[in-house]
Amino acid sequence: MSQSNANDLTWYRIGPVSDIPPLGSRVVQHQGVRIAIFRAHGDAIFAVRDQCPHKEGPLSQGIVHGQRVTCPLHGWVIELASGEAVKPDVGCTPRYPTRVDDEGVISLGVPALPPELTPVDDVVHDLADDA
Amino acid sequence: MTRSVPSTPETKPRLVLIGNGMAGMRTLEELLKLAPDMYEITVFGDEPYGNYNRIMLSPMLSGEQTLPEIMLNDEDWYAERDITLRKGERVERIDRLRREVLTQDGDRLPYDRVLIATGSRPFIPPIPGADQDGVLGFRTVADVEAMVEASDGDDRRAVVIGGGLLGLEAAAGLAAHGMHVTVLHRNGHIMDQQLDTAAGRMLERTLRERGIDVRVNANTRRIEGNGRVTGVELDDGERLPADLVVMATGIRPNIDVAEASKLYCERGIVVDDTLLTYDPKIYAVGECAQHRGDTYGLVAPLFEQAKVCANHLAHYGIAKYGGSMVSTKLKVTGVDVYSAGKIAAGDDETEEEMVFADAARGVYKKLVLRDDRVEGAVLYGDTLDGSWYFQLMREGTNISDMREHLLFGQAHVGDSGHGATARIASLPDDAEICGCNGVCKGDIVRAINENKIFTLDEVRAHTKASASCGSCTGMVEDLMASTLGGDYSAAPSKKPVCECTDHSHDEVREAIYRQELHDIPAVFAALDWRTDNGCAKCRPALNYYLLCAWPDTYQDDPQSRFINERVHANIQKDGTYSVIPRIWGGVTTPNQLKSIAEVAERFEVPTVKITGGQRIDLLGVQKEQLPAMWKDLNDAGFVSGHAYGKSLRTVKTCVGREWCRFGTQDSTGLGIQLEKITWGSWMPHKFKIAVSGCPRNCAEATIKDFGVVCVDSGYELHVGGNGGMKVRPTEFLCKVDTEAEVIDFTTAFIQLYREEARYLERTAPWIERVGLSYVKRRLLEDPSGRETLSERFANSQRFAQRDPWADQVAAEDDHEYEPMMVLS
Repeated sequence: MSQSNANDLTWYRIGPVSDIPPLGSRVVQHQGVRIAIFRAHGDAIFAVRDQCPHKEGPLSQGIVHGQRVTCPLHGWVIELASGEAVKPDVGCTPRYPTRVDDEGVISLGVPALPPELTPVDDVVHDLADDA
Repeated sequence: MTRSVPSTPETKPRLVLIGNGMAGMRTLEELLKLAPDMYEITVFGDEPYGNYNRIMLSPMLSGEQTLPEIMLNDEDWYAERDITLRKGERVERIDRLRREVLTQDGDRLPYDRVLIATGSRPFIPPIPGADQDGVLGFRTVADVEAMVEASDGDDRRAVVIGGGLLGLEAAAGLAAHGMHVTVLHRNGHIMDQQLDTAAGRMLERTLRERGIDVRVNANTRRIEGNGRVTGVELDDGERLPADLVVMATGIRPNIDVAEASKLYCERGIVVDDTLLTYDPKIYAVGECAQHRGDTYGLVAPLFEQAKVCANHLAHYGIAKYGGSMVSTKLKVTGVDVYSAGKIAAGDDETEEEMVFADAARGVYKKLVLRDDRVEGAVLYGDTLDGSWYFQLMREGTNISDMREHLLFGQAHVGDSGHGATARIASLPDDAEICGCNGVCKGDIVRAINENKIFTLDEVRAHTKASASCGSCTGMVEDLMASTLGGDYSAAPSKKPVCECTDHSHDEVREAIYRQELHDIPAVFAALDWRTDNGCAKCRPALNYYLLCAWPDTYQDDPQSRFINERVHANIQKDGTYSVIPRIWGGVTTPNQLKSIAEVAERFEVPTVKITGGQRIDLLGVQKEQLPAMWKDLNDAGFVSGHAYGKSLRTVKTCVGREWCRFGTQDSTGLGIQLEKITWGSWMPHKFKIAVSGCPRNCAEATIKDFGVVCVDSGYELHVGGNGGMKVRPTEFLCKVDTEAEVIDFTTAFIQLYREEARYLERTAPWIERVGLSYVKRRLLEDPSGRETLSERFANSQRFAQRDPWADQVAAEDDHEYEPMMVLS
């Protein structure tokens, strides 16, 4: 596990893309927070808090289609790139930036402070835009 | 903009829409969904606004809605999408040779495709004096504004000529403005296109009670006035004073532009099943189009046309419009009238009528039947079952099995959940419609009006009403009908699997067999799926259909399974799981109970519960614990109970002959046998069996998908029951003599259901759709067919009867159960 600092983010190498089944998801636990890592259509990698904005359902357990996931509890559809619920539902789950290196290993960027201690939506969203 | 420039590969093809109304704009919206950047689009509309919701003109007249509220696409909408809106401009004709649209002002606009959606206009009969001020149609915002203006003042009088849907809505709206309103109708009863005499009379009585004067057999001789209307003179010489005359004598397709362009027209612009006119560059949709001899004046068919036309404009080229069946409902607050299809039996004796009349309650229902199929329905006073009758009509359901209850409504054919609710229009706004999601009537009406939505799916998306268990769907549909009025139609005549495709479940299934499609990507490719890898609706359905079609070769796709079936446990609200081992026939031993108790203690299971299916539920298990727990349960001799699956769940039994003093057969033993044969099979939906040892029926076999009731002389077999959200007793299939026959019928019935029901359709709605007679024909009248069904089931079971828990433990699939990484 290598770490590097940039803009108050800590980057973790979390494993190869092949550790996640195609159109699947796995969870990374970070200081008590579950982060869902998705391998979406075209092997696009996304990371969002494993918590549906509706009733906190575990998004990592949902069916992945295109670049979206359907929450297993009540069927909300979340856009993985933005963390936003697909209309007409309204809500957003925090995103985390990810990178995939030449060897196909995923790195996950998490804020230096645990997300629940920071104005999480602002920070994480701004940072995710750099990714 | 006056030069004709041929489009080149660098410039986008140009699409010109003539007519800025609901049909044309809906087509554009559908097109933008499919191909957002394909065309450079120009829209001509001769009214000075964006696109508004014409079906809300009635509420606008009665003051319930305002113009901004009924706008569907305001001018920003066009600007945001780079669409040029040329409002207030009229198109003169299309120069088809030079491919240019000519406006009234002499402007010429080149095109690659034209879409004509010019709608219709009121038909004004040649009555002398009809050209004066104060004589209006009821078609546009301008008409409504003029009507409201004319109603201003005391003691104002209005005459509405034409007692059809539109005329009556106009009359009710004007009455709401305090006008004295008289409706003149030339035929024997009002709404004679939609209602028979009896229902028409009831409606006339209701309207009179509300102060609207209704005259039938009334012909207008002339409209009086001197440039401004002052009254109406009837054929019999009677004169009615009037400050306003509304002509609601029907509509005619507006085909001026098409005719001026020498396009082939009859009553409307003639189009084929792709909405293409006789010119391959020109499409037509909506009220101006004539398809297979029919023109449509309601919104639902127009929306179906829009979808098909957009599909072709976007070069998908696969959708076909096959015509629509329409139903109508009067949009007058507190008056429940519904009509669909034929309103009376023909004279040739092949059709018959069923009539129910209760004058005291003000309820009248009539069904027109032919060959045991519903051809039409007229409902007055109680319209709750309108959408159900319409569904029976559209699907061509054989109703011979429910004849005796048909007129009493769906509630009496099984659904005693929500069915008994009273007339929807009379419910208060705070009446709860959807019990699952706590949605009240007022919420739904508000959502329909504020969000301008027309379909059940949209109401579900916005309010969640009927989006969970679905048992209130009939009420929601009825509410939509009473809010949207005649323009609401329950559902498109063909229901696609999901938004990824236009194909129905049945079509997809047929293609899997006929084209021998063996995996999900093959289905996507063969049937032109619009999405790369489907959605959470279609993928589980396709996975099941493929599994059912090719049991020996299909490679199950775990990522296309709902989480419960993927991890063989039931997800709970907090993300933990519940684990239910199979307990054959509900019979257990002290040792088994001890093993379960030890597992529950070892894994610190927070809740242990006895289920309704005679087994034990271990709740609150962490996902990471599942494989270890399964291993321990496997070691103790248990397999998965499939309590999580669209599959065989339980076989519930009573103690039967072995102990019970009333027991007639070995119901426990038979139940265990049935469970051993059927466990592990995947189904369109969950499937429950029960075996009762005598007609006291302690195992509640008559509310199961398949129920066996033992009697002294043998076994009664019952099918299609449901004890859940829609309580529905089973229907009697047959009686057999031996346990072997019970097994034959059970497996054959299951296989028929597996092969022919749609995904997520339980046996009860499936049997209501296809009819018990059909099931009997396949199982009773065709013994060799029954045998092959059983054989196919047995073959499928050879591959399906593997304990998924043992498989998962053996596979050591840590990617499913272990976190990818735990960071400090």
